[in-house]
Amino acid sequence: MTVTTIDKDTEALTLTLTADFAAPVDAVWELWADPRKLERWWGPPSYPATFVEHDLTPGALVTYFMTSPEGDKHYGWWRIGTVDAPRGLTMEDGFGDADGKPLTDKTGQLRMRLFEHEGGTRMELFDQFPSLEQMEEMLKMGMEEGLRQAVGQMDALL
Amino acid sequence: MVVDELTEVEIDRVFHALADATRRDLLRRAADGNLSVSRLADGYDMSFAAVQKHVAVLERVGLVTKARYGREQLVRTDPVAVARARRALDALEATWRERAGRMADLLDTPNTQGDPR
Repeated sequence: MTVTTIDKDTEALTLTLTADFAAPVDAVWELWADPRKLERWWGPPSYPATFVEHDLTPGALVTYFMTSPEGDKHYGWWRIGTVDAPRGLTMEDGFGDADGKPLTDKTGQLRMRLFEHEGGTRMELFDQFPSLEQMEEMLKMGMEEGLRQAVGQMDALL
Repeated sequence: MVVDELTEVEIDRVFHALADATRRDLLRRAADGNLSVSRLADGYDMSFAAVQKHVAVLERVGLVTKARYGREQLVRTDPVAVARARRALDALEATWRERAGRMADLLDTPNTQGDPR
């Protein structure tokens, strides 16, 4: 089980997650720090992410787009806050317009930390959205059919 | 995912309405069946008027509806609005679980450089 804990707050629109990997901290950090590795996990296979600008230094702007099965591009960006390589990263994130220009009126927060844990690495992740609307917009991207069904099944249990 | 489009302001109101323990409790109790405001008020150590105010907040944002039944006003929870926030977070959870799964797969691959799978 990769994901060990999940905490969701429907009022604050935050998700806190811990995941354990059987790999050293440096290797997990590389999944964030190397854009070619990052784009192999950020988006699902049916909705792949392509990172255009990628520089993990404080204040830097990281830009990417995700390509829908129909070939439409949806732009996103990160504004890097703090970087503590190889163990921590904070950023603001949001969407871009059709040309990829960042829309900064609504930004979320993403914080990630890595720890050595039981011979592997524990990743702690905090993801906050500025509004429910924004969260739903993000979720439209890359929701694979299997995932949709999984979410549907979760709904049925509630 | 089929969701009704709400404006930013409407969403803020919904979250304000949910940011109160009594109102969340009212939603749970009203979801179990149609209860009158006075029946709902019986469950709390507060005045009928105070409970009525909480119900009014929930009604304004569409989380509950009121229907007249004889001499009573019955309160019913609208599960769609409540489910919406939860559903979005569930979908976000699923997104991150999938991402963590792909991260684990990449870490298991002995040489992850330049071997697209």
